Amino acid sequence: MRLKIPTSFRIVRLPCTGKLDVIHVLRAFEKGADGVFCVGCLEGDCHFNEGNFRARKRIEQAAQILDKVGVGGDRVRMYNLSSGEGPLFAQYATQMVETIKALGPSPVRLMMEKSQAA
Amino acid sequence: MIIAEKKPIEEIIEEVKPYDRILVLGCNECVTVCEAGGKKEVEVLASALRMYFIAHGQVRTIDERTLERQCDHEYLEEIRDIVDNYDAIVSLACGVGVQFAAEKYQTMPLLPGVNTVCLGANEDRGLWTERCQACGSCVLARTGGICPVSRCAKRVMNGPCGGATNGKCELGPDTDCAWQLIIDRLKALGRLDDYEVVAPIKDWSTDRAGGPRTVTREDVKI
Repeated sequence: MRLKIPTSFRIVRLPCTGKLDVIHVLRAFEKGADGVFCVGCLEGDCHFNEGNFRARKRIEQAAQILDKVGVGGDRVRMYNLSSGEGPLFAQYATQMVETIKALGPSPVRLMMEKSQAA
Repeated sequence: MIIAEKKPIEEIIEEVKPYDRILVLGCNECVTVCEAGGKKEVEVLASALRMYFIAHGQVRTIDERTLERQCDHEYLEEIRDIVDNYDAIVSLACGVGVQFAAEKYQTMPLLPGVNTVCLGANEDRGLWTERCQACGSCVLARTGGICPVSRCAKRVMNGPCGGATNGKCELGPDTDCAWQLIIDRLKALGRLDDYEVVAPIKDWSTDRAGGPRTVTREDVKI
């Protein structure tokens, strides 16, 4: 559709967002990610019935943990959209990147880069 | 099974702060089933702890391992050759596992990662409720399969007491009166005559009140 999307994120494809587990989100941050966003089907439209509901709960859990360890729960978020909504995906992607840019780099990444430079 | 809950991560962080090399040790049995201390929870806790210490500019080694059980010698022995690599172990097993590991590895600080709550069943997704208090002298045959020791607040043997209202315990509207449940069940089983039989005084010496308990089976000792 030739929509403009920022290039600063990487897409990891899953057969269903229900496959996403809390550890996948946390590991991304451990490896230096500044934010993780989960984009799933519209609620009620999951091909596997409740995969997107499970993903939402797991994203909430991950957000709580990230808050407690000092990384920040605002860096993870769940979005729901249909695969036919291209422009909405572009809008969410831009929103994601702007949110993370406002939050700044993840403290884990900052500290890891500092210790590598030292 | 034994039901446990994850300890708040702030509490675990305070517990591990004095130590540099930490092993997070999970258990594949009860705490896995109640989603508090199994392999998944070990991974999440270890990752969270690593991120906490990195973000706060501190160096820590945090490793992960999950044993089949922590209440059997043979499984705890599996970590004997790696135990010297650590300064402390955070065990996500129930209270039994933490203690048994502490007895086996006497010079190793054993820190609990879960709060052990009760003996219970998985009533529904995300819901575990108490069913047994291990009184040591089971009366379930007389009470239609409903336990007056664990489910009655007063543990009466010939209930209900005078506090029950509309089938609810005087503790509050969320707690069923166990004896109401027992009467309903005996009625459904067609055994209300059993209810009329006055139960004898219970032998509480087999309960925790009689001291820490042991079970010895001479027939299996070799």
